Amino acid sequence: LEDHLTGQRDYDLLVIGGGSGGLACAKEAAQLGRKVAVVDYVEPSPQGTRWGLGGTCVNVGCIPKKLMHQAALLGGLIQDAPHYGWEVAQPVPHDWRKMAEAVQNHVKSLNWGHRVQLQDRKVKYFNIKASFVDEHTVCGVAKGGKEILLSADHIIIATGGRPRYPTHIEGALEYGITSDDIFWLKESPGKTLVVGASYVALECAGFLTGIGLDTTVMIRSIPLRGFDQQMSSMVIEHMASHGTQFLRGCAPSRVRRLPDGHLQVTWEDCTTGKEDTGTFDTVLWAIGRVPDTRSLNLEKAGVDTSPDTQKILVDSREGTSVPHIYAIGDVVEGRPELTPTAIMAGRLLVQRLFGGSSDLMDYDNVPTTVFTPLEYGCVGLSEEEAVARHGQEHVEVYHAHYKPLEFTVAGRDASQCYVKMVCLREPPQLVLGLHFLGPNAGEVTQGFALGIKCGASYAQVMRTVGIHPTCSEEVVKLRISKRSGLDPTVTGC
Amino acid sequence: VEQSPPQSPGPGKAGDAPNRRSGHVRGARVLSPPGRRARLSSPGPSSSSEAREELRRRLRGLIERSRVMIFSKSYCPHSTRVKELFSSLGVECNVLELDQVDDGAKVQEVLSEITNQKTVPNVFVNKVHVGGCDQTFQAYQSGLLQKLLQEDSAYDYDLIIVGGGSGGLSCAKEAAILGKKVMVLDFVVPSPQGTSWGLGGTCVNVGCIPKKLMHQAALLGQALCDSRKFGWEYNQQVKHNWETMTKAIQNHISSLNWGYRLSLREKAVAYVNSYGEFVEHHKIKATNKKGQETYYTAAQFVIATGERPRYLGIQGDKEYCITSDDLFSLPYCPGKTLVVGASYVALECAGFLAGFGLDVTVMVRSILLRGFDQEMAEKVGSYMEQHGVKFLRKFIPVMIQQLEKGSPGKLKVLAKSTEGTETIEGVYNTVLLAIGRDSCTRKMGLEKIGVKINEKSGKIPVNDVEQTSVPYVYAVGDVSEGKPELTPVAIQSGKLLARRLFGASLEKCDYINVPTTVFTPLEYGCCGLAEEKAIEVYKKENLEIYHTLFWPLEWTVAGRENNTCYAKIICNKLDHDRVIGFHILGPNAGEVTQGFVAAMKCGLTKQLLDDTIGIHPTCGEVFTTLEITKSSGLDITQKGCG
Repeated sequence: LEDHLTGQRDYDLLVIGGGSGGLACAKEAAQLGRKVAVVDYVEPSPQGTRWGLGGTCVNVGCIPKKLMHQAALLGGLIQDAPHYGWEVAQPVPHDWRKMAEAVQNHVKSLNWGHRVQLQDRKVKYFNIKASFVDEHTVCGVAKGGKEILLSADHIIIATGGRPRYPTHIEGALEYGITSDDIFWLKESPGKTLVVGASYVALECAGFLTGIGLDTTVMIRSIPLRGFDQQMSSMVIEHMASHGTQFLRGCAPSRVRRLPDGHLQVTWEDCTTGKEDTGTFDTVLWAIGRVPDTRSLNLEKAGVDTSPDTQKILVDSREGTSVPHIYAIGDVVEGRPELTPTAIMAGRLLVQRLFGGSSDLMDYDNVPTTVFTPLEYGCVGLSEEEAVARHGQEHVEVYHAHYKPLEFTVAGRDASQCYVKMVCLREPPQLVLGLHFLGPNAGEVTQGFALGIKCGASYAQVMRTVGIHPTCSEEVVKLRISKRSGLDPTVTGC
Repeated sequence: VEQSPPQSPGPGKAGDAPNRRSGHVRGARVLSPPGRRARLSSPGPSSSSEAREELRRRLRGLIERSRVMIFSKSYCPHSTRVKELFSSLGVECNVLELDQVDDGAKVQEVLSEITNQKTVPNVFVNKVHVGGCDQTFQAYQSGLLQKLLQEDSAYDYDLIIVGGGSGGLSCAKEAAILGKKVMVLDFVVPSPQGTSWGLGGTCVNVGCIPKKLMHQAALLGQALCDSRKFGWEYNQQVKHNWETMTKAIQNHISSLNWGYRLSLREKAVAYVNSYGEFVEHHKIKATNKKGQETYYTAAQFVIATGERPRYLGIQGDKEYCITSDDLFSLPYCPGKTLVVGASYVALECAGFLAGFGLDVTVMVRSILLRGFDQEMAEKVGSYMEQHGVKFLRKFIPVMIQQLEKGSPGKLKVLAKSTEGTETIEGVYNTVLLAIGRDSCTRKMGLEKIGVKINEKSGKIPVNDVEQTSVPYVYAVGDVSEGKPELTPVAIQSGKLLARRLFGASLEKCDYINVPTTVFTPLEYGCCGLAEEKAIEVYKKENLEIYHTLFWPLEWTVAGRENNTCYAKIICNKLDHDRVIGFHILGPNAGEVTQGFVAAMKCGLTKQLLDDTIGIHPTCGEVFTTLEITKSSGLDITQKGCG
């Protein structure tokens, strides 16, 4: 139907936003022989941080986060090493600059790689800030202020999100940084206050602690909202026992710079109303993210957004309120904010648009992992959610406290190494959710995510032979149900 | 064919003797009076599993309550022979004529689940499944039948397990949980170098556990190198201290030994640190360290004695070489080491020794990791080679000489080519043999009770309910023939065996899609078929193989090599691209593989892999984005930076 229109407009497909989702769309469409353009522009953070092509994940998300997490893990391994016979004098100091430079160089190489990939696939790339002129046309402004008009038959919005600033707090914008800045700091952030209870907050606080910085997390209400709450409290417990300080039930009220350059933060205890202060070198806001939709002039195209979240409203086909305009990734209302989800949604969307496919994206059972010092991997329903959907009487939870073999010789505490599987109680006890807290949780969770996708039952998982000695084998050895009240501590082999 | 087929044949079929009458055996109490149709299962529309469960319980009840229970068919000549045999012995039998009850076919099905025998007669004596006509007469001739008839739970134990390794212990504990009186005999014959250890078997003492811990120690060496790139600052050359590591590992093992003893005690399992040897039916002699002998009897036995490393049988091997039995508790650093063999044990040991900075050579007779996917095996080897392990291919040692005593000493190894006349000589501090393992079944008195072993390998053949050629003797773990030699397999089969013997369970151990991981410096995890095997079974044209090289994120900043880690799946095109082989070479391969195995249990297909969302950034996610087929011949290398 649209075919006769092509040729009148510049592109078959215009993608706004060069992050994981946008790039996946562009590459897929180009592979299907379409004329494609990507526009990407990084508005500098309030602290002036900017970066290259690839979006949040590559520049200020998953990639630098996991690398800094790895740096922190290596710090732990250095402490393990003497137990295993390595004669390394403790403590070993950490150089932020060296780590940051290495991480940043890797990210830059990825930026470069993304540009090359677009070039190879003949996707036109514009480093411009885009806003809608009408429903088929976008105006782009380049760094120098030069404007360009681009028109396309199909437009995909994939502009993602940016960290939220608590602008009501005095000094927040002026003195605080966010995850947009932390990975690009040239100098060590020093003594840091992380404000927020999101996974970003906990991950950042985790690696900062791990590389030896004095780190405090301020949480107003519950940590890791939306995740299984038993697991999330164990994540916090582990962090607290490994040096991260927590200020629970507190909310910051102002940030001031002291004459000596330190930041003085004033906060209020939400229950007692008492005020307290502390001084830090860095204040990191990790209180959530907002969609990057404000500068898009969506109303010019007639694209509807949620009045609450400003996120774009889409149907199951990723279609917005305008027929040929689509949206994927973090900018969309009600989607998991995850790189692989955006990539898959993008590819499936393009295959439907240009490849004759009708496959829809399945947003159920999306696995994820929180890279806190002790990693937390999960897929499917949390225990609370399972109970809410099926009723306490119909849910059986199998669980175990285990000790990773490597922890024994290293003398590490394994109190929080824990796995639980949430199942329906009625045979064959369909698995509803899996929650794993321990080393390499991401690696452990991935395969089981497939199992759950296949509709695995508890019985099938139990019939799976373990791989010995690993942590993941604990999942196939889960025998103790919560209901039984028996001790879930794993002993022996 | 000796016994009647599972389905009642119509008149006139071979093996049928319609004119013979049943129930005429003197002394036999026939359960179903002629002319009246009896039912064992509850009436009504009872196709449900509940009804089946009920039938199973009733059959169990019959078996438990009867001194002799014969499931028979009135027209079957073999059944008649068996009935006549018992009659001639003056023994009263319970007989159930399956052709004279309404639900005979169902009974036969359930019986075949319980006993793995589809035919009648199906004979039980004092709860022990003797078998069919042939087995019953064999048991009669060997005296076993008389013995079974005599014993009315006059045994010391319900179950004696010979071997306190993973399989034996799991079986013992499960049987004890089910209320049985259980004994475990465990005795470690010292290695030729004099190494001995505590309760728990190979895995705990000289296998998986110390191996993985030494592997971890080697990985930490790598982590120390990596850590400098991640900003950790130290300048000194870090040395590795073998004694510190070994002591820590041995301490951990001691705590495990202790834990096993404790858990046996808690479950009231008798543990005797003695060597077990059968002396007659149902009777075993236990000899302790001091040579004191004690005799015990039991209704049933499980052999779970595992295996021990093989020696070369050349001059100097037992005198001077060590094996994996010795390595993990070696009181001194082995120094320059020659590892002989290409088994996973050989490569794992060579890998971690090299990881400590030792000079390591592996002498390989033919191929690496026999039985594993050879493409993967070669990749494992070439990674090791790039990381300092030397390989001497197609050589076998012919003589070991001691040049100097010491800790370690100096040994001269003479080796010859497997292809020509070439010989080479090398001097090493330590020679580690890892050329395979043998079961040690020849000094257990098995011949005295008629347990058959494979004369070549010494392994014990068992059926799919782990039963040996002697009905009341079972075997689990590495000692049983044709089963994967893995701890979790032994544990599972031991546990399920106990449940079948003493619980109402019928679940058999499933040996399909057993995963494993080789903990070489770059770990190799796999499940299902090797590529060669898949081609042999399914033919190349029916397979699609997807593969890719990948670069773990953590390796990038660490400056470790790209295009080294590798993922491969083998799909059966004739069956919805079902995944029949899973292979990964990379860090944490074991952790990655486990979940995929569970998915394979649920019928994993390529489509499902494609539909599953990855966890970013992990190594495991690589399987959710596999695009390139091997048959396409497309390049799978990852280009430089991004």
